[in-house]
Amino acid sequence: MPKANTAAQAGEDLVFTRPNALADRATHYCPGCHHGIAHRMLAELLDEMDLAGRTVAASSIGCSVFLYNYIQVDTVESPHGRAPAVATGIKRARPDKFVFTYQGDGDLASIGMAEIMHCANRGERVTVVFVNNTVYGMTGGQMAPTTLIGQKTTTCPGGRCQDREGSPIRMAEIISQLGGTAFCARGSLDSVKNIRQAKKYMRQAFEAQTKGLGFGFVELLSGCPTNWRLNPVAANKRITDEMIPYFPLGVYKELSGDDTCGALVAGEGK
Amino acid sequence: MAGTNERIFVKGNEAIAMGALDAGCRCFFGYPITPQNDIPEFMSKAMPAAGGEFVQAESEVAAANMLMGAGACGVRAMTSSSSPGMSLKQEAISYMAGSEIPAVIVNMNRGGPGLGDIGPSQGDYFQSTRGGGHGDYRLLVLAPSSAQEAYDMTHGAFDLAFTYRSPVLILGDAIIGQMKEPIKRRAATLADPAEGREWRLEGTGAGKKPRAHRIIKSLFLMDGELAGQNQKLQAKYESWKDLVQFESFEVRDAELVVVAYGSIGRIAKNAVRALRKKGKKVGLFRPKTLYPFPEKALAKLAKEGKRFLTIEHNLGQMVEDVRLSVRRHADSELFCVYPGNMPSPDDFEAPILRALGRK
Amino acid sequence: MSRILVSEERCKGCLLCTTVCPVEILQQSERLNQQGYKVAEVPAGSMDKCTGCASCATICPDMAIEVWRSKKPKKAA
Repeated sequence: MPKANTAAQAGEDLVFTRPNALADRATHYCPGCHHGIAHRMLAELLDEMDLAGRTVAASSIGCSVFLYNYIQVDTVESPHGRAPAVATGIKRARPDKFVFTYQGDGDLASIGMAEIMHCANRGERVTVVFVNNTVYGMTGGQMAPTTLIGQKTTTCPGGRCQDREGSPIRMAEIISQLGGTAFCARGSLDSVKNIRQAKKYMRQAFEAQTKGLGFGFVELLSGCPTNWRLNPVAANKRITDEMIPYFPLGVYKELSGDDTCGALVAGEGK
Repeated sequence: MAGTNERIFVKGNEAIAMGALDAGCRCFFGYPITPQNDIPEFMSKAMPAAGGEFVQAESEVAAANMLMGAGACGVRAMTSSSSPGMSLKQEAISYMAGSEIPAVIVNMNRGGPGLGDIGPSQGDYFQSTRGGGHGDYRLLVLAPSSAQEAYDMTHGAFDLAFTYRSPVLILGDAIIGQMKEPIKRRAATLADPAEGREWRLEGTGAGKKPRAHRIIKSLFLMDGELAGQNQKLQAKYESWKDLVQFESFEVRDAELVVVAYGSIGRIAKNAVRALRKKGKKVGLFRPKTLYPFPEKALAKLAKEGKRFLTIEHNLGQMVEDVRLSVRRHADSELFCVYPGNMPSPDDFEAPILRALGRK
Repeated sequence: MSRILVSEERCKGCLLCTTVCPVEILQQSERLNQQGYKVAEVPAGSMDKCTGCASCATICPDMAIEVWRSKKPKKAA
């Protein structure tokens, strides 16, 4: 992007531009995919909270496997579902670092269920950004643990059936029940209002770590127009009409006052 | 006290844990499984006392991935397990090999396949020396036959892991782990704070000047990228050939050389010693590094006209490497102790004599 | 005057921005960018309606929109 264009002229302020932690390059994501929004908010917070220089991230497997091409922080690529375990190793080795994972629904809520549950339960001082788009994106639109009842995917072509495949998993509700969780919320990326609210949740999930309170978790309802076989505008409407009623938005757990989840790891916030 | 001439009486498992502690290991990630539980139990006290971290993970899968996270930060870290647990760790081990993350991994081999038993076995030789998980990679594999060697090899494994940016495997078994023996410890050392500074993850602002972000990964999709990475790994494995270690015992004038490693190597040594007293010209060759395998040393013995008998506590795995090593001049016979049976020196004398008598 | 700038090389033509503009000045153009997407645009003459609310940039998944907002005249004390 030519930098000349970004200079503010007299009488105006540049109020929206690329955060420093976000690489200046086109993403590989499909048109209307919400990963780009989540990436941008993540990068904005790393800038705003002055964390980027001391961050070590654990990336995951799925469409967001290339997170490290966009978020300019030190990153280790984790095996499928294991990012919370890798993040645990990072944080225990270097408690002075800011550590986050960024995982999709197949990665976090299916193959990585044990790792996310126990990372939260131990109260690891790490932050998990969970992008829920109800489908395996990278591999071509297979059924995910969060696929809605009746939703057609390439491996449930007749629509997800509760009798055969069970119900969609509500992760924010589950994580909020665990003792080590200091902050847990579900936001959505389908509207400007929800995006702004989601960023506030992300900030609180970051702060759960930087204040040494415990495990921070934020779920983001996101669109996958390609694998939903919808155009981006219709995909956003699907989030509003079908996903939010099943996956209600809001804060599911927030520690009050000076509560923490115990002094498990020395370092952050002390 | 550690570092003096005083000998302490410990289990092999404890010796391994002490070796790691004294080498500056500061993160341990474990999961209970017999017969290696003394290692995490020791570390659960030793790590916090040394200002490090101990985590009992939710699974061996998670423990190995925690190891990967700590290793990526350039911190000396270790995990330990036994055979069924090792199967679960292979995913992360493959990623660590592929993304060149240093770490030390201990396998106290038990009987298999499946749940097997909790007794000693060498059934994981192939898994250990062929990489163990998916893809083309190797681990440095060290096989102690005593508590002292278990201590020394684990101590040295951290330097090797960081020198070569690779996981290093200590392959023992239930005998090595559970047997109590005197050992001498070295003075405890701390890891060099600069270790891994050129590649470790610590944030882009950790140095004097901000730097570009670092990525530790094993995914290489661009044209030629993966082939380049495999070539780099292959060159690394080739460079390990100089690290070969082995023990030769009474081989100089031996007609028959027994090849055995780990606990079996030690038991076979007793059998060889007993047969020497009876005037039999037999010797022992004990690989201490299983990868790299001491193929040149074995080939030299073969060229001298010696014959070979491989004794293993499995159905015949290392014998393939022995045969490959000596193939230009000789072959190797094989005597197996089935996992589930406990070997003794007496069991080995008859097969050694049989092999010696066959010309 | 508030204004936006659409980076035509980054725009993927998803048109989410067109659904959130309170003054409805964003639309799909007839121009294809190098990736083959019909990019979003503010037609000539419409930019003066821009309020600088940044809704379009907020919902844009591709960081393709930058926003400038007019300084508010300082109120007299």
